[in-house]
Amino acid sequence: MKAALALLRRDIMLAWREGGAIGVALGFYLVVVAIMPLGLGPDLNLLSRIAPGVLWVALLLAALLAADRIFHNDYEDGALDVLMTGPLPLPLVAATKSLAHWLTTGVPLALLAPVLGLLLNLPLAASPWLVLAMLAGTPAVSFIAAIGASLTLGLRRSGLLLALLVLPLYVPVLIFGVATVSAAVTGPASPWPPFLMLCALSLASIVLAPFAAALALRTALR
Amino acid sequence: MPDLGPHAIFILAAYGVAFVALAALAFAIVEDDRKQRRLLDDLERKGIRRRSAEKKPRTRRS
Amino acid sequence: MISLANPTRFLSLVERLVPWLAGATLILLGIGLYLAFFVAPPDYQQGETVRIMFVHVPAAWLAMFGYALIALSALGTLIWRHPLADVAAKAAAPIGATFTFIALVTGSLWGKPMWGTYWVWDARLTSMLVLFLLYLGLIALWQAIEEPGRAGRAAAILALVGAVNLPIIKFSVDWWNTLHQPASVLRTGGPTIDPSLLTPLFVMAIAFALLFVLLHLIAMRAEILRRRVRALQQTQVAHAALAEA
Repeated sequence: MKAALALLRRDIMLAWREGGAIGVALGFYLVVVAIMPLGLGPDLNLLSRIAPGVLWVALLLAALLAADRIFHNDYEDGALDVLMTGPLPLPLVAATKSLAHWLTTGVPLALLAPVLGLLLNLPLAASPWLVLAMLAGTPAVSFIAAIGASLTLGLRRSGLLLALLVLPLYVPVLIFGVATVSAAVTGPASPWPPFLMLCALSLASIVLAPFAAALALRTALR
Repeated sequence: MPDLGPHAIFILAAYGVAFVALAALAFAIVEDDRKQRRLLDDLERKGIRRRSAEKKPRTRRS
Repeated sequence: MISLANPTRFLSLVERLVPWLAGATLILLGIGLYLAFFVAPPDYQQGETVRIMFVHVPAAWLAMFGYALIALSALGTLIWRHPLADVAAKAAAPIGATFTFIALVTGSLWGKPMWGTYWVWDARLTSMLVLFLLYLGLIALWQAIEEPGRAGRAAAILALVGAVNLPIIKFSVDWWNTLHQPASVLRTGGPTIDPSLLTPLFVMAIAFALLFVLLHLIAMRAEILRRRVRALQQTQVAHAALAEA
């Protein structure tokens, strides 16, 4: 357990010090949300209707941008080999790194979302549910992204390939995530059912994804 | 061909697309198969054999 | 299955089967098309366009069958390490993807006269689109990894992850659809399919299935040969290097 926490702390410190990585993801999120109205027209009614969808899709893309960082740096400098032969079971390594990704990418994006929602005329009153939904859904995003990252380790164009592989798997998260926010904004439907589905998806991902990622890591490094 | 009604073009297009797609797929697969057989025969002619082939004579496929 | 694990024996089996399969496929396709166009009566609701069903539905069935085959092969690769399992999976992917593509396009062409639009985001078509994306992902992963062993295992993991996710995705798309679709239900082909339409449907389905198996076996043979060529080319390079040394 201590070793896992040490790994977690190390990964977070690295991401923090890199600074650029978190900033780039946030910046990308901002850019995508900002150009949407430019492409769709400034009609505030339209924008507020599509705001939940745009915010979620842009978040998925931004999270994916940062995803190959999950294993890549350690793969490049050999640290991954050490981790593989170390005391921690490989699924736990994968889970810890996924958690680090969530803390350094998913959470900041989720916290930024309400501000970007203002650009899309999303009522501020919806912010609590927006952040809650994203905090509930982004663990699934990070843990599933880790599967993609481990499958595409060391490959050319791994970023694009990762996105192609992982985006279809995000469909349920997207559907329930948007439904939660939309329900919170427009009512009368309760946001709770889709929100609970979102939590279930994240919990299932947290438990299952690390095993797939570990298997993929072993495959990549054999 | 019986009268296919006012939407005949959709029906024909649907079958047409299916036919073209399957034909292209079949063509690609068969060509790939032929290409691999050709490459294998070339390598064999150059005298590079698989280890198991050295033990017994290989029956030539036409 | 175990006796077929030997590639050479498998190849000789393929050699013998291919002509018969090809013949059977052509015959059944002929019968199916004849039934589809000359025997099946027009639907009282949809008129002649119901004939598209005879190519759309079998294609959709085989799209799903293809993925099931790949998922099963994935288990063969990862759990039992059957030597031909990843060959089967790799060979099946383009075939399954093609059937999925056909299902999507014919579904779209069926939709235009029926619903007035080329695409609707109903649960079935949307799930089929996601299935197509999963196929593309598998094919892309196969292409991206050079070493066949690693490619096979990685694709197997991806296939299983996709297989586990497919019911979840289908469920979420269904749910999403009930959220957005008003009460009017769009049924493709009516609540029950009339028996006079079932026979052409099944004949076409069997014909497509035979075609799948035929192409799959040939593709598997090509893949086995491709790996032999690759191995021999590597030996060739090694010999040349030794000769120069």
